[in-house]
Amino acid sequence: MKREIWKGSEAIAEAAIRAGCRCFCGYPITPQNEIPEYMSAKMPAAGGVFVQSESEVSAINMVYGAAASGIRAMTSSSSPGVSLKQEGISYMVGAELPAVIVNIMRGGPGLGSIQPAQGDYYQATRGGGNGDYRTVTLAPANLQEAVDLMFDAFDIADQYRNPVMILADGLIGQMMEPLVWKEHKPRNLPPKSWAADGRKGRDHNNFITSLLVEAADCEAHNRCLEKKFQEMEDKECRWEEIMTEDAEVLLVAYGTPARIAQTAAEHLRKQGIKAGVFRPITLWPFPARRLREIAEQRSVKVVLDVEMSLGQMLDDVKLAIGECKPVRFYGRVGGSIPTVSEVEKAAAGAYEEVK
Amino acid sequence: MTTIYQKTKGLQDTTLHYCPGCSHGIVHKLIGEVMEEMGIIDTTIGICPVGCAVFAGNYFACDTIEAAHGRAPAVATAVKRTHPDQPVFTYQGDGDLASIGAAEIIHAAMRGEKFTTFFINNAIYGMTGGQMAPTTLIGQRATTAPGGRTKEQAGEPVQVAEMLSTLKGLVYAERVCVTDIPHLNKAKKAIRKAFEKQMAGEGFTFVEILATCPTNWGMGTAEANKWLMDNLAAYYPLGVIKEV
Ligand SMILES: Cc1ncc(C[n+]2csc(CCOP(=O)(O)OP(=O)(O)O)c2C)c(N)n1
Repeated sequence: MKREIWKGSEAIAEAAIRAGCRCFCGYPITPQNEIPEYMSAKMPAAGGVFVQSESEVSAINMVYGAAASGIRAMTSSSSPGVSLKQEGISYMVGAELPAVIVNIMRGGPGLGSIQPAQGDYYQATRGGGNGDYRTVTLAPANLQEAVDLMFDAFDIADQYRNPVMILADGLIGQMMEPLVWKEHKPRNLPPKSWAADGRKGRDHNNFITSLLVEAADCEAHNRCLEKKFQEMEDKECRWEEIMTEDAEVLLVAYGTPARIAQTAAEHLRKQGIKAGVFRPITLWPFPARRLREIAEQRSVKVVLDVEMSLGQMLDDVKLAIGECKPVRFYGRVGGSIPTVSEVEKAAAGAYEEVK
Repeated sequence: MTTIYQKTKGLQDTTLHYCPGCSHGIVHKLIGEVMEEMGIIDTTIGICPVGCAVFAGNYFACDTIEAAHGRAPAVATAVKRTHPDQPVFTYQGDGDLASIGAAEIIHAAMRGEKFTTFFINNAIYGMTGGQMAPTTLIGQRATTAPGGRTKEQAGEPVQVAEMLSTLKGLVYAERVCVTDIPHLNKAKKAIRKAFEKQMAGEGFTFVEILATCPTNWGMGTAEANKWLMDNLAAYYPLGVIKEV
């Protein structure tokens, strides 16, 4: 397979088109403008629709419309814009509509900065809109994984009729890396017989709605959703284990910080500290069970969570590990990226402290 | 036996939930009849946002999508663009369209999206119990304007059909009402014309229907019809606002 150099945002857009996305709607915001720009150039030739919307609110509702009428649809944005999409995401979960939302995260809160950050973990994994809901949240750490996950994202969305979020930090969107376009084996997906795309002889009309005025009906609907969320937890959890078999210091990180953590772990091993990395690929569902198993290994003395936030995934790490091993945290925020030596130092310090 | 009158196939055979004297049911029927007469029940996709007509998918015989409050024009934009050969309409109240969804309707009209919007202007928020709308008349009482709307507090009501008609993408705007048979017939013609222009690919089409809300206006049915003609129709003139 031929290796090609791609820019992150453009690779993500190209992967979406190859995955069958035929409607992209978005509003400009740095650092992800290359996604709508690429879509505006390439989507028409693929026979799809590109709309530059008047706002992120509008963009997510356009995606809602395309999804409701049976089309694979996607929007992308960066942190402040994704905040505006939360209403629409909640409605999509309620109405059981599949779509993909890409968040190329930047510093916050508010307007924040345009540099890479991971401050939207809570929003993505806890359901940033109203109501009890979940969205499968995929966190690529390199461009190969980013494009591979795009294919999975559309399949997962269609399989469960639920929006899927790609949560990537600004580095993934902005950097260039080699990748190969692998053959994607599509899932066996059910037909979209529920779509409101015109009756065309159907004996009933399809009505896409999230409104259930009777409490009992709404509870029953929530229970159905709960079942789907449970199934996603059982079947869609993904992670990577790097040098964890004999690790004394277990680094936990996702996205770009996971790569930094890996280099730090390699350096630490040269200095005689056995370090390993546990990298969640799905942030929801969080690979808690496997993380717990690894943390329980006799070799593991301390766990160090590394993020480009004040410690959001940290909650999930602590929930997974409980009291079984001490958990420490190292984070940079606001668009600052942790360096390898900072992570090394934090890991060595944590190791010294518990040794 | 000859059939004198038949319920339109454009509506499902079910009971509507609207209050007595409310215009929503009549407008539903007119849209249903036009869809039937044009033979487009099987292809049309309707978008009905939050408001008293949020259950319209249980009434219209065509496929229907509920939208979040105000967002129907965005939803319809993508539905129409991904299904360019099928009729698409939005059915929106005045709180929905002129307040929370003002951005969405203006930009859909500006882009000349090739769908039709039916704008039900009853000068009040029906579903939430009679709060002031952007279309509430000066002096008209609402639960959030207990002494009547004042210019100082809330500005003057917006004439949506005229405002949208300044946009090049809008090719047809007409204001109608359904208070009696002659007006009802005119309204039906406007609905049909909007669908026809949409399907001819001309651009964005808009029919504003002045509507009664006897419950929240605190009036009887006949009184509400008269109040509409005397007051609403005086501020919001009936007729074609723009046609290109
Ligand atoms: C985001 C949001 N804000 C507020 C509401 C509450 N709400 C439901 S319907 C409505 C107003 C409806 O009035 P209108 O659009 O004029 O339609 P009508 O009910 O009169 O037909 C409001 C404010 C909501 N559902 N969603």
